[in-house]
Amino acid sequence: MPIGEQAGAKVWQRRTTKHQLGIWFGWLLGVALFLFCWKQISDVTTWAFFWDVPRIAGDIGGRMIPPRWSYIDKLWVPLWDTLNIATLGTAIAIVMAVPVAFLAARNTTPSATLIRPIALLIIVSSRSINSLIWALLLVSIIGPGILAGTIAIGLRSIGFVAKLLYEAIEEIDKTQVEAISATGASRWQVMAYGIMPQIAPAFAGIAVFRWDINIRESTVLGLVGAGGIGLQLSSSLNILAWPQVTLILIAILVAVVVSEWVSAKVRHAII
Amino acid sequence: MLRLEKLTKKYKTGDMALKGVDLDVPPGQVLALIGPSGAGKSTLIRCINRLVEPSSGRIELNGEDVTRLGAGGLRRARRRMGMIFQEYALVERLTVMENVLSGQLGYVGFWRSYFRRFPQEIVTEAFRLLERVGLEQFADKRADQLSGGQRQRVGIARALIQGPDLLLVDEPTASLDPKTSRQIMRLICELCAERQLAAIINIHDVVLAQMFVQRIVGLRLGEVVYDGPPDGLTPEVLTEIYGEEDWAATRDKEADETPAGHGVTEGDPLAAM
Repeated sequence: MPIGEQAGAKVWQRRTTKHQLGIWFGWLLGVALFLFCWKQISDVTTWAFFWDVPRIAGDIGGRMIPPRWSYIDKLWVPLWDTLNIATLGTAIAIVMAVPVAFLAARNTTPSATLIRPIALLIIVSSRSINSLIWALLLVSIIGPGILAGTIAIGLRSIGFVAKLLYEAIEEIDKTQVEAISATGASRWQVMAYGIMPQIAPAFAGIAVFRWDINIRESTVLGLVGAGGIGLQLSSSLNILAWPQVTLILIAILVAVVVSEWVSAKVRHAII
Repeated sequence: MLRLEKLTKKYKTGDMALKGVDLDVPPGQVLALIGPSGAGKSTLIRCINRLVEPSSGRIELNGEDVTRLGAGGLRRARRRMGMIFQEYALVERLTVMENVLSGQLGYVGFWRSYFRRFPQEIVTEAFRLLERVGLEQFADKRADQLSGGQRQRVGIARALIQGPDLLLVDEPTASLDPKTSRQIMRLICELCAERQLAAIINIHDVVLAQMFVQRIVGLRLGEVVYDGPPDGLTPEVLTEIYGEEDWAATRDKEADETPAGHGVTEGDPLAAM
């Protein structure tokens, strides 16, 4: 009842008094919960380690500078591998994701009761497992190396690409599809003329976006032995070669910046 | 040529959109289907090429029962029926030429159509049609760059390149201004006359329908309540189709305005002018 009367004039308030009090009480509960958790965490923290942080961070930071520039010669090949893992993984994912997306979209699936749930299951299981975990599994199955990394990236990306793509398919304009069907076109022709032109921009955007994400993901796969620059990072960390770690971090940063620039350019060109 | 017998359509929601419609369309006849929103005009048109599945009844096209056809037979039947839509329904991201050629998809194999390698005589025909509808210099433009009237002309060319016997036209002018509406209606009717095409034109605008067609069918709540010549639409008949309204007043006003008069539709703001 936000509308009331006061001295003959109609007054309007956003909320009723009761509603407003309820909101204040909610905030009170939230703040109380936050303070309680703060206390709990504080009680179990070894504060001695915490007060140490600036000294140790400063110490390691000091050892990291200057980067060991000469080490770059050993990084070109792992960087190239990283790029290949990301690119090939994305390509594999796209090839597998397109049919899954068409099977999962409500308006193109051949059977909403049987096939659609299977397609959705594929999407969910691919998305729910991080690529690092896929890589761990695959390294133990097919052994360490680039192949394991590529497949891990591919498996992780199927769900992502398929999900965004099937959402794009569900949002297409139905009358354009109807118009193509009405000409007597076959099922595949309806797909090629009625649906594909409508999802082409979304498809290109999704593919480049995922490639960009995969560049970043593939830099860590080496930590579990699945190839790429992460392998160098892991071994440098293990032997406490801080100047090398710095250089690797710089290399990754540059690679990511370049990939983001490329994907932004491509997306801009298409849309 | 086209014959509907006891055609009914019941939607899953339980709405009876069509209650036993009988209709006979001889070759080359253009008829207008009028009626209030929700009368089942669109459903009727979409049942004929089975974009909407009819619940019962027969649809006979050139002696063949369309309702019994399988997927392949239905595709062949659809080639004989061109469709024109209210919102044009062009594939927005394809060029005008691709949109026109898509009318031939029923005749061309998948890979040929995928790589846009249509037979030369079809391409020649497409150019001829574009010229006929006045868009010859737009062949290479993307469909979403055209104005409403131009898009509808592309829609017409796409329907005609099918080489149909029958045009199904669903509210061709509802998204267009009054002048363009007349031009589009005139174009459709001229083309039908040139090619001896039959057409069923769904239309809101009674006056526009009366101007251009020889036969008017009035639909109300899924039933045919009028079937006759345009000048048989007396105020009593309009009341039966649309419900109570001072039809005589509208028509007198219309008479004053002609020949410059606009089409007057129920609920059309222009009616107040």
